[in-house]
Parts: sequence; structure tokens; C-alpha cells
Amino acid sequence: MSLLQVRNLVKHYRAGGLFRADAHPVRAVEDVSFDVAKGETLALVGESGCGKSSVGRTILRLQEPTAGTATFEGSDLFTLDRVALRRMRRRMQIIFQDPYSSLNPRMTVGAAIAEGIEIHRLASGKDVGRRVGALLEEVGLDPGYAGRYPHEFSGGQRQRIGIARALAVQPSFIVCDEPVSALDVSVQAQVLNLLADLQRDRGLAYLFIAHDLAVVRQIARRVAVMYLGRIVEEGPTEDLLRRPRHPYTVALLSAVPEPDPARQRPRIVLKGDLPSPSRPPTGCPFHPRCFHPRRDQRCRVEVPLLRTVGATRAACHYAETTPSPEEAIAASG
Amino acid sequence: MSRILDVDNLRISFPDGGSGRVYPVDGVSFALERGKTLALVGESGCGKSLTSLALLRLVPAPGRIEEGSRIRLGDTDVLGLKGESLRRIRGRRIGMVFQDPMTSLNPVFTVGDQIAEGVRAHFDVSRSEARRRALTLLQEVGIPDPAARLDAYPHQLSGGMRQRVMIAIALSAEPEILVADEPTTALDVTVQAQILEVLDRLRDTHGMAVLLITHDLGIVAGRADRVAVMYAGQIVEEAPTDELFDRPSHPYTQGLFASVPRITGPIERLSPIGGSVPPPGAWPGGCRFRPRCPKAFDKSETMPPLLPVGPDHRMRCWLAEPSEGGDGPLRFAQGDNPSAQGDNP
Repeated sequence: MSLLQVRNLVKHYRAGGLFRADAHPVRAVEDVSFDVAKGETLALVGESGCGKSSVGRTILRLQEPTAGTATFEGSDLFTLDRVALRRMRRRMQIIFQDPYSSLNPRMTVGAAIAEGIEIHRLASGKDVGRRVGALLEEVGLDPGYAGRYPHEFSGGQRQRIGIARALAVQPSFIVCDEPVSALDVSVQAQVLNLLADLQRDRGLAYLFIAHDLAVVRQIARRVAVMYLGRIVEEGPTEDLLRRPRHPYTVALLSAVPEPDPARQRPRIVLKGDLPSPSRPPTGCPFHPRCFHPRRDQRCRVEVPLLRTVGATRAACHYAETTPSPEEAIAASG
Repeated sequence: MSRILDVDNLRISFPDGGSGRVYPVDGVSFALERGKTLALVGESGCGKSLTSLALLRLVPAPGRIEEGSRIRLGDTDVLGLKGESLRRIRGRRIGMVFQDPMTSLNPVFTVGDQIAEGVRAHFDVSRSEARRRALTLLQEVGIPDPAARLDAYPHQLSGGMRQRVMIAIALSAEPEILVADEPTTALDVTVQAQILEVLDRLRDTHGMAVLLITHDLGIVAGRADRVAVMYAGQIVEEAPTDELFDRPSHPYTQGLFASVPRITGPIERLSPIGGSVPPPGAWPGGCRFRPRCPKAFDKSETMPPLLPVGPDHRMRCWLAEPSEGGDGPLRFAQGDNPSAQGDNP
């Protein structure tokens, strides 16, 4: 039984504001379904505008869903009233890309971490301070920092503070929304190791939202690739990277720069830009940019559904014959 | 001789808030060659962007380039230039592309106008000729349907297209040198691949020298001819790209490599460098990497010069001396870096 089940999630944003109510809505998330098991990490990977962050925020009800269901620890998240939702937030937390913008600059770090403990009445009096100290230590910071303000810390330290604050309410699930994207590589590695340690020690489950497949490979055994609001491929990370079945995954993987001149792989340069999510293409969302030699009329009219092909599930009508980057480049001359 | 730019002992200082000054760029030397890419690699605050701004004399006040620094562009002493002659270097001989194209483009003029303005700033041509050249430039940077895009405004273009426009503007003056400061950092990885391909092609067809400023070792491999790694205002290691990736020798470079997650090979726990980069005022005496270095030893308390470690390969570390540790530059595999602590100061 999974910790979190998301089924047919849809999130549209009304576009155009006050004066253009008839504009096409932005279709940020279209029919997304997935499960996250206790203690595991599912990575949601994709490029800007693919809807990955909207999925994370909608599940936590930071934004209201347009349609779909989400069940967490047996509760239907999308029907909870305010009181029940607040109780539920103790179990599910979020950490952001930029911890600075999520920390109140006029609140000490200790007060920011204590807030959740006090709201949920998890401790009182001197116990609160003790818990704050223990949390700071757990994320690799000096407990004596509790009295300092966010601006006194480096980016990596702020991300640790953001993590400590999320942990303060003892969640079982954390949405990690690009938590290492803004960090320098050496600090990024520290935070990735910390997240792995916390998962091991506390049995946490993560929905890890990222754009970097190498980072995803480091932290998640399962991955779902999103493109224009839809999951186009999902499966065990190693299988998906070894033999991607959706042409978009093939292109995304081939574009990852490899820090090794001896391992330069052929790169598929996609033609054109990402279409606007307010006017997505008909049929397969990837068809206007697809390089699959078999793409045809069916791709233009019929939305492909996720189906098992090899070791992953891919939403491509012709996933059985998806070319490798080498084959695709050879075929295009 | 294909060297077209020489930077020698570049030092840039800023007031430290009290009566002293700090030196975020402290003694940087390198050369650029026609048709070649030099990558300047480092993390935030290492001084790589300030170094690139100095080439165009764009160091923001109250920063200043110190006496004794030298930048020579062919026969020209860049640091001695004033007024009009300085303006003729900027753009015309050294072009620049920045990380965020939206902040560099004027939102109220069309793309075509902005490129044509660049052309007319540097060449005495008619409006129609400038517009014709703008069209050619848009084609050259790979913008689809360039004739239609001439009349587009920046907000109507995607991030990748805007960066192509910025490259077209930089190219409009036909510079000998293109400085690209994190040109793809704000872009998605598939778009990044497109832009880097454009930059490589232009370098080859125009014979430009490219100075690529980046934090990403991945985009350096297979692209740059030479790499200089910066830490705390100094170059700490430099070598031809393949040599540097084969034999990263400075403990900081090795730490960077051990920190990067890979898309292939075994998945091991990352071995990050402990701590974080101290700000310019707080650099230690001696080797600046010393407090974070797993291999620091007594000699590290004296600042090492750049010492040879191999053919055309130098590093700023005493371990390069064969007498220290016996075997010259040490190699350690990923995962061998002593485990890092948290980034407590």
C-alpha cells in the first residue's frame, strides 16, 4: 500500500487576468497519476513549464486542483476541510529551491523552526528549544545558530535550515522542489547526501522535483519524466536511463552534459521551442518536435497513454522502436 | 601567432567596508587564442565573472583594477584606454553574452531594431543594410523564421531564442573575442545544447576566441580547448581540457569532480568538499583552500605559486613538488575524497 496515490490530476490556470477571461487556460498538469511508497523517492523530472512544480504544490493544496484525486495515509487530500488540512500538513512538508525567499528575514532561525512545533503542539516550554537544537544538529548546523537571522547564512546553510524546518513537525513525506538547483556543486553534493541520510534515518518519502537527470539518478530509484503537463515516461531510474522509450526522454538524456571528454555521447538537438501550455499540440504533446522515424498521423490525433514497454512505461505509440541517439542521428543524416 | 589577448596579474579590489580593500580577483593571468575556447570554471564568488568584466573595463564601481595588472589585446593596452578608444573595444573587438538575456534586451524595441542598432554602432551602413545584416545574423544563430522574428519583441520569444538574439547582437560587431558568462545557466538542458552548439559553430566559422565562464564542468568537456579552475580569486589549476579531466590534480579540482553526480557509471555516495567558500575578506593566509583541504600540510601555510604538474599543466599547490609526498600530483578516484562535514563556517 503506497503512502501517496495521485490519480488523474489536472491543474489549469486561468490565463489573461481580469480582461481576458475567455483566454485559453494554461494546462499545467494533464491527467497525471503516480504512487509514492513509504520511505522511497520518486523523482519528477522535466524542463521549465512542464508542470512538475504544479504537481507538488497541488498535492499539498498550496494550490487547488482542477480535477483528480490524491490519497495520503488513507485520507482524500482534495476533500479535507481547513482543520483537517492543517493536521495533514504536519505529515507532508515542502522544501523549496530558494530557501531564502521562504524564510522570514525578521525571524530568527530558531523561531522559524520552532513555529511548526508550536502550531502543532509537539512540545512546549524548554522542550521546544531542545528540539530546535537537535534539528539544527541533525541537518549539520551548530545548535548555537538558533538565535541568528537568515541573512547570516550561506545558500547551503539556508537550505539546511529549510530542511530542519520541514522536519520539525515530523512528516512522513516531503516535496523537494528543486532543492539543490540554486547551489554550487560542492554544496549541492552536501545537501544531496543530507537528504539521503535523513531518508534512511527517518524513513521519509520524497517527491523530488528536478530538472537535472544526473541529480535525479543520485537520489531516486524511480523517476517520472514530464513534458507539457503529462508524464511521458516512468520507471526505475537505471532502466529509464539505460533504455529510454519515449523520444523526449531520449533527447533529454542525450542533452545532459557529461563532465568527461572520453564519454561524450551523441546529442540530439531538438528542433523548435516548447509549445505554449495554453495551446498544447493535439495528439502526442511531443509530436511537433519528435524525431522518431515512425511518427505519423496517429501521433497528431491520438494522445498516447502510458503503457509498459520493456522495463519502463512510456506514452509513445511507437515506444517499441524508439531509436537511440546514435540511431536517431544516423537516420536524420 | 594566434594569441590575441593576454591577461597578466589581474587584480581587482573593492573597499572592505572599513578602511582597507579586499581583492576578489587576485593575480589572474591567462591568454586567449584565435578559434579556441578557454573555460574559466569555478563556484559562486571565485572571481570568474569579475575577471571577464575587467576585459571590457566594466568592473562596477567602487571596484577598481589595481596597478600592475595588464590586459593586452593585440597591440592595445586595454587598461590604458579612455573615452572613445575604450568604446571602440567594447563590443567591436570583444563581444559579451550574459546569463540572463531578458535583462540585457530592451523590452520596448523589436529584436531587429536592437541588432541593427548594434550593427550601426560599429559600422557606417544605411538602415536598410543594417536590417539586412540583422536578418543574416538571426539566420546564423539558428532562429527559425528569422524574417518574421525581426519584428518580434523580446517578451514574445522563449529564453533560448532571446539568448540567440543576444549572441546575434554580440556578433553584429564581428568581434575577435566573445566572452560568454554562464550563457546557458538560465536555460533548460535541451535548449542549452542548442545554444552551445551555436557558440561552437560561430567560433569555428569566424575564428573567434571564446572565453567561457561557467560553474558546470559538464559543458566544458568536449567543448573548451583549455580550462582554468578558479578558487578564491586565483587560478588554482590550468591545463588543456583532456589533460585536466584525465588528471585533475589540485585538491579543489578533485573535490569538484567528486561532488558532481554522474549520468553514467556506478552510483556512489558523493564526496563533497567540506565547508563553503569564504568571502574575500576572510581568505586565510597561505593556500586559500587550506582550511577545506583534506591534504593540507605545514607548507600550505605559505601561498604556493602555479607549479608544473605535467605537460602544459600547472596547479597552485605544493603537492606538485615531487619532494612533497614523493609522487607529485596525487590522483584520487571519485569517492576517495575524505568525507565532508557540514558547511559550518
